[in-house]
Amino acid sequence: MFVTPAFAQDGAPANGETHGAAGNVHTETGVAHGEHGTGVFPPFDQSTYPSQLLWLVITFGFFYLVMQKVIVPRVGGILEHRHDRIAQDLDEASRLKAEADAAVETYEKELAAARAKAGSIADQARDAAKAKAAADRASIEAELSAKLSAAEARIADIKARAFAEVGSIAEDTAAAIVDQLIGAKATPEDVKAAVAAAKVEA
Amino acid sequence: MSNDPTHQFQISKIVPIEIGGMDFSFTNASLFMVATVACAAGFLYFSTSSRGLVPSRAQSVAEMSYEFIASMLREGAGSHGMKFFPMVFSLFMFVLTANLLGMFPYFFTVTSQIIVTFALALFVIGTVLVYGFYKHGLHFLNVFVPSGVPGVLLPLVVAIEIISFLSRPISLSVRLFANMLAGHITLKVFSGFVVSLGALGAIGIGGAILPLIMTVALTGLEFLVAFLQAYVFAVLTCMYLNDAVHPGGH
Repeated sequence: MFVTPAFAQDGAPANGETHGAAGNVHTETGVAHGEHGTGVFPPFDQSTYPSQLLWLVITFGFFYLVMQKVIVPRVGGILEHRHDRIAQDLDEASRLKAEADAAVETYEKELAAARAKAGSIADQARDAAKAKAAADRASIEAELSAKLSAAEARIADIKARAFAEVGSIAEDTAAAIVDQLIGAKATPEDVKAAVAAAKVEA
Repeated sequence: MSNDPTHQFQISKIVPIEIGGMDFSFTNASLFMVATVACAAGFLYFSTSSRGLVPSRAQSVAEMSYEFIASMLREGAGSHGMKFFPMVFSLFMFVLTANLLGMFPYFFTVTSQIIVTFALALFVIGTVLVYGFYKHGLHFLNVFVPSGVPGVLLPLVVAIEIISFLSRPISLSVRLFANMLAGHITLKVFSGFVVSLGALGAIGIGGAILPLIMTVALTGLEFLVAFLQAYVFAVLTCMYLNDAVHPGGH
């Protein structure tokens, strides 16, 4: 529809010289041009102003209304929605990060607690083992010292008995010696006294 | 007439309409205004219809243009200026789409008509004036009295400020109009050279390479200009709206 007059404007003049037939086809529009093309530069042809103004007001007015009522709110809404959504996503992300940080913190806290507990358990075990070892050693030492003292007592006893027997052996020996030497029987009381005296001297 | 570079700006009636002796015909200009609105609104509508949290390519283009204008307006006119966002966004998208559609061969460029750009500029300045006086009353006149100017110079400065304010709608509209017009005329002239040199035979075809390269380069430049002028229009709109929101704040 709009190609025909447009073609008449540019196409026909370009080919006008060589293709007379093509020029004739568009004479109708050519005549229409002739009415306005009376030497006036087209944009300054005032006879076209009312029509241009009217149609500009109609078309631009319609365009303005469409922009104001439909396009601007819609695009503004899209951008705002996206902006909100991004802000919301960022909030969500920072919330999740805070949660993760808190989880890491509790984990570390628990880890430290567990470590401390493990340390205390080890300490306790060590202390208990040490105490038990000390007790065992003490009891064994006590036992050993008891045995030692018993043995010492026995030795002392044996020694005392031996000493006592030494007295009677010495008396017997002394009596025998006296008997052999002088052939006289020494009384046991005298021998006992002499041995005791010798024992004291020794 | 055949190679007339201004022919592309010719307005032709498609559906003649006449009301009260005035010509309100539906013309090729009207058709491309409709096409501009349909393309821009259709793109923005369908690309954002899924409201994806993760945008598709088309949706991210729509969002980028939204945020581009939003940050421009916030920097230019502060957060109080954000109530004008639909207006600046509509202007930017309309001008940008019209400029880009005009880059198609045989397509009509809506913004190459001074009356269209002037009407858009008046819309901006009208908004500044109405909102400025409505919101600040006579304090809005502080716009013409910069702070910190010595008393002796004040009348001169005020006169300059008034003249600069009055020239705003003209500079705003002529800048866009002249850029689009000049660009399209230049493109047409150079591509016309290609055709007329090519008609001269072998030597002509060799010579036509230069204007052809020029045409290709200019096409790239024109795409840049198409975006740049829409950007400039939007930036200046933000600056002018700043006066309405904060009069005397400059």
